[in-house]
Amino acid sequence: MRVRFTVNGRPQEADDVWEGESLLYVLRERLGLPGSKNACEQGECGSCTVRLDGVPVCSCLVAAGQAEGREVVTVEGLGEGGELAPVQQAFIDAGAVQCGFCTPGLLVAADDMLQRNPNPTDEDIREALSGNLCRCTGYEKIMDAVRLAAARQSEGV
Amino acid sequence: MDFLRPATWEEALAAKAEHPSAVPIAGGTDVMVEINFDHRRPEYLLDLTRIGDLQTWDTVPGGDAVRLGASVPYTRIMENLRGELPGLALAAHTVASPQIRNRGGVGGNLGTASPAGDAHPALLAAGAEVEAESVRGTRLIPIDDFYTGVKRNALAPDELIRAVRVQKADGPQQFSKVGTRNAMVIAVCAFGLALHPETRTVRTGIGSAAPTPIRARTAEEFLNAALEGGGFWDNGKIITPSVAKRFAELSAAACNPIDDVRGTADYRRHAVGVMARRTLMWTWEAYRATGRDAHRKGEVA
Repeated sequence: MRVRFTVNGRPQEADDVWEGESLLYVLRERLGLPGSKNACEQGECGSCTVRLDGVPVCSCLVAAGQAEGREVVTVEGLGEGGELAPVQQAFIDAGAVQCGFCTPGLLVAADDMLQRNPNPTDEDIREALSGNLCRCTGYEKIMDAVRLAAARQSEGV
Repeated sequence: MDFLRPATWEEALAAKAEHPSAVPIAGGTDVMVEINFDHRRPEYLLDLTRIGDLQTWDTVPGGDAVRLGASVPYTRIMENLRGELPGLALAAHTVASPQIRNRGGVGGNLGTASPAGDAHPALLAAGAEVEAESVRGTRLIPIDDFYTGVKRNALAPDELIRAVRVQKADGPQQFSKVGTRNAMVIAVCAFGLALHPETRTVRTGIGSAAPTPIRARTAEEFLNAALEGGGFWDNGKIITPSVAKRFAELSAAACNPIDDVRGTADYRRHAVGVMARRTLMWTWEAYRATGRDAHRKGEVA
């Protein structure tokens, strides 16, 4: 089947999509957007997190056909005009990236939280990122990065 | 595989009547896992996400229950229905992660009918009816009759879940769940408890400790009699330790658990007893603190 939807602000179209295929597979294998990672395929790890109509979801659990006509934002769409998004820059500055596999999902989840909650407590951050697993055990640096992004955001840096 | 995309509820019912083997998919948090792992290759996927009605809730005529659309995501239940459905809102907050709570809803929990589904103990404790619909008509299935076996429910092949009608809380409710961490946990076991001061009854729900979600009926009957006999609903006394202990024992005895990767049967029985006692204490303290004056015998709430 053919699926049409908007990805990072641009209309996209994928042909010959299998009916049981996930949105994640379409993004990675058909649209050339490998930022969203494929790990657990069961919604446990969060590495495939994207925004679907503005809401963070595991793209491995969205059937491709369910994305028809919807708006998807992937990690590739966080920055604008070749610039990194503040949360991306904060991850680099805080050293929150180790192997990097969980990073795209964490970025999408953290970016979403910072938009909804510009002054998060540590509890808020933990809750917002509770669906994203990092197996390098780097959570403390990730917490630092999100705090940094929040601080910069509130200072308007 | 065919991907059916009804735009309206009527179209969805017609599609399900024409293709009874069609697997409904909404949040996809169960169905897509099975497809991704090649555990299931349905002939038809019936996408329900275009149907806006399933994502809304209202109050049933008469006002004593919330009619919760099958696809209302857990996030909405947590954020918007904490007052009317406190037990279900607490249970919703323990579902997986924000990403999953943004997609999954109670209709999927009921459709899958896993004994570990987080919503079930809360629905059993609150009291609920499942609104099942087909082209033949609508029927309301009492939650006590809905779960028929391991991952089996009372739906006919041509029926879809339109909504669940959950009794609005008339007293404190609690939900407790055992797992290895707070997020991304399938319940080792779970317990829901609701005080119903208007009828002077207590209802319970047990998850993941029997082939289906169940109520601890003998424990409820014991507690109802003990509370009535001791005048507790009126005098608001602290529940006697011996009553709480017996309630916990009877709740544990209601379980029929198995040993599996998440826990042993013995552990589950023990943990259900602990959760039964704790949720009783929590709700009773809340009742003593706030709810009692409205429910003294002979007075109208």
